Amino acid sequence: MNDMRILERDVDTNTIKIAARGVQVYYGDNHAIKDVDVDIQDKTVTAFIGPSGCGKSTFLRCLNRMNDTIDICRVEGDIHIDGEDIYDKRVDPVQLRAKVGMVFQKPNPFPKSIYDNVAYGPRIHGLAKNKAELDEIVENALRRAAIWNEVKDRLNAPGTGLSGGQQQRLCIARAVATEPEVLLMDEPCSALDPIATAQVEELIDELRQNYSVVIVTHSMQQAARVSQKTAFFHLGNLVEYGETGNIFTNPEDPRTESYITGRIG
Amino acid sequence: MTDATTSSLPSATPVSGKGSLMQQDSRTRKRNAAETRFKAYGITAITIGMLMLLVLVYNIVSRGTGAFQQTFVTLEVALPAEKLDKNGTRNLDDIKKVSTFGYAPLLRDAFEAKIAEKNIETELSGKEMAGILSAGAAAQLRDFVLADPTVIGSTVAFEFLASSRVDGYLKSRVSRDSIANDKNISAEQLDFVDQLIASGDVEKRFNLAFITGADSSDARPEAAGMGVSMMGSFFMMLVVLVLALPIGVAASIYLEEFAPKNWLTDVIEVNISNLAAVPSIVFGILGLAVFINYMHLPTSAPLVGGLVLTLMTLPTIIISTRASLKAVPPSIRDAALGVGASKMQSVFHHVLPLAAPGILTGTIIGLAQALGETAPLLLIGMVGFIASNPPDSIASGLLDPNSAMPAQIYEWAKRADPAFYERAWGGIIILLLFLVTMNTIAVILRRRFERRW
Repeated sequence: MNDMRILERDVDTNTIKIAARGVQVYYGDNHAIKDVDVDIQDKTVTAFIGPSGCGKSTFLRCLNRMNDTIDICRVEGDIHIDGEDIYDKRVDPVQLRAKVGMVFQKPNPFPKSIYDNVAYGPRIHGLAKNKAELDEIVENALRRAAIWNEVKDRLNAPGTGLSGGQQQRLCIARAVATEPEVLLMDEPCSALDPIATAQVEELIDELRQNYSVVIVTHSMQQAARVSQKTAFFHLGNLVEYGETGNIFTNPEDPRTESYITGRIG
Repeated sequence: MTDATTSSLPSATPVSGKGSLMQQDSRTRKRNAAETRFKAYGITAITIGMLMLLVLVYNIVSRGTGAFQQTFVTLEVALPAEKLDKNGTRNLDDIKKVSTFGYAPLLRDAFEAKIAEKNIETELSGKEMAGILSAGAAAQLRDFVLADPTVIGSTVAFEFLASSRVDGYLKSRVSRDSIANDKNISAEQLDFVDQLIASGDVEKRFNLAFITGADSSDARPEAAGMGVSMMGSFFMMLVVLVLALPIGVAASIYLEEFAPKNWLTDVIEVNISNLAAVPSIVFGILGLAVFINYMHLPTSAPLVGGLVLTLMTLPTIIISTRASLKAVPPSIRDAALGVGASKMQSVFHHVLPLAAPGILTGTIIGLAQALGETAPLLLIGMVGFIASNPPDSIASGLLDPNSAMPAQIYEWAKRADPAFYERAWGGIIILLLFLVTMNTIAVILRRRFERRW
């Protein structure tokens, strides 16, 4: 496919947030992602599933150029967000990451207070003019991450003192506080117990109102519960991409079927 | 709930293939024996180590504590105007014309007055009696008068340092047998000292001057002190801290967080590790060649010593800083980058504060190492008899010739008089106290701030 056609389709549908074409990722000599094409829609939860080492996290980290921090990693192909090539020389990855927020596998709050955790992003991006505005941003972010009621009385307590599920929701609050347009989640529930997982999943569904959410998950049940679109990765290839319902009930590719029925992976 | 039959334990079943658990088989016995032996080796090693430490500490304390005490002689000295200020004008320039020789007779007279007052019978002449005082007593008297000429004409009570032989006699270092061939003191003088002890005019007391004072010449070991060399060490540490900490931390942050991983950084890394193992005297030669011969900085100056020790401490600080930067989990960096912080913001806002305790610990240990270093100072002229006065400003502290604590100890230890030997041990106590304090602070910092994430 050539670039012109991608741009045309972007304009046509007007709902495609991220368009990737011919993405190749190499870790040194290891070819980790092989020729992936995918369109991710706005205000949708897109799930990436697949066995360990299939490249789904690697691909996710391409979307906000977190792979730049790994020296041996090389990315080829085009990834466009809102029609702009994010691997263009003129793009500053720092600015990109303000637009594409990320939540990581292990909850990783800063060893600072809950307030400072959430306020950090807005502070460095200059989103608040004064303390009152910052307070408001922090409160909104914590409310959107469904953790406000639990922490409103102890905003100065350290973020690391919270439980695992609370920490992960705090990290989500931290990510949404910078007003991103896309939220990437790399196995956000893998370190959480079922109750905390349910809370985070509920939250993901609510976040869909405002963001395009891309979630990498090991759990097929989770993908089925939270996502509208699902992409199945296997050995670095994007095997199948489509409506979540179709993928789980009527997969086209035999590999997808084997994975979701538990025969591989 | 439970059946009566199930509440009692089942009886022991006949031995199955694995044998009874009640008996150890031969392999288990061997393994247990090996484990016991290993523990015994460990305990032996620790015991030997502790014993050595105990012997060391006992030796240092038993030999060094004497240096903190000194024998003083109380003497009321009349300061007659006809001898000190012949013109009677109290003109400071005239008074200065009277040398220390002019003051010596006053001490003799004071002793004559003392034996008359205390009814002490002695065959000694006035000069011999004054011989129990430190050679610096007359100078002490003169300095006192020059500082305040109005005392001329009155009688003032002084506390003079006793000579090192008398001091040694009170500390059981000197006996009547050991002075048989000693020209500096006689048995009669020791008898006189005994009489003065009985009358309360000679006593052994804590001597602050040992901690605050300057080094003294070979003839007056009783007056030598660590104070000025302590200042020398202090200014050197100041230079090391001001230079090595920022340079070392900046270098490690760059190497650890920003530098690309290629052959050049590998070479630099290997070289830093090698520099940490370079003998300190090599740094001394480098300092001599570069700082003194090429840059013409003053010899014996703490500034030069500090520069040399900075070179020596840098690898230590860089290695420990890099280790503590590495210990910060990558998830913290990811988190910062994930919310759109730049690399530098992620390092300075998050990584560095978390690594700070480790960096401080490394720095303190590096400083402690530099504080105890003697060899490089040999080459830049900081080891030797350097009788400076305490520096009166930061500039003079950095640039005036000075010594350092370990150099001072070395200097005393190689002098002939056993009185200096005692002071060397005393100096070791002071140096060790500094080192122990610094290392304790390092340990406390590490404990206090360890793993906050």
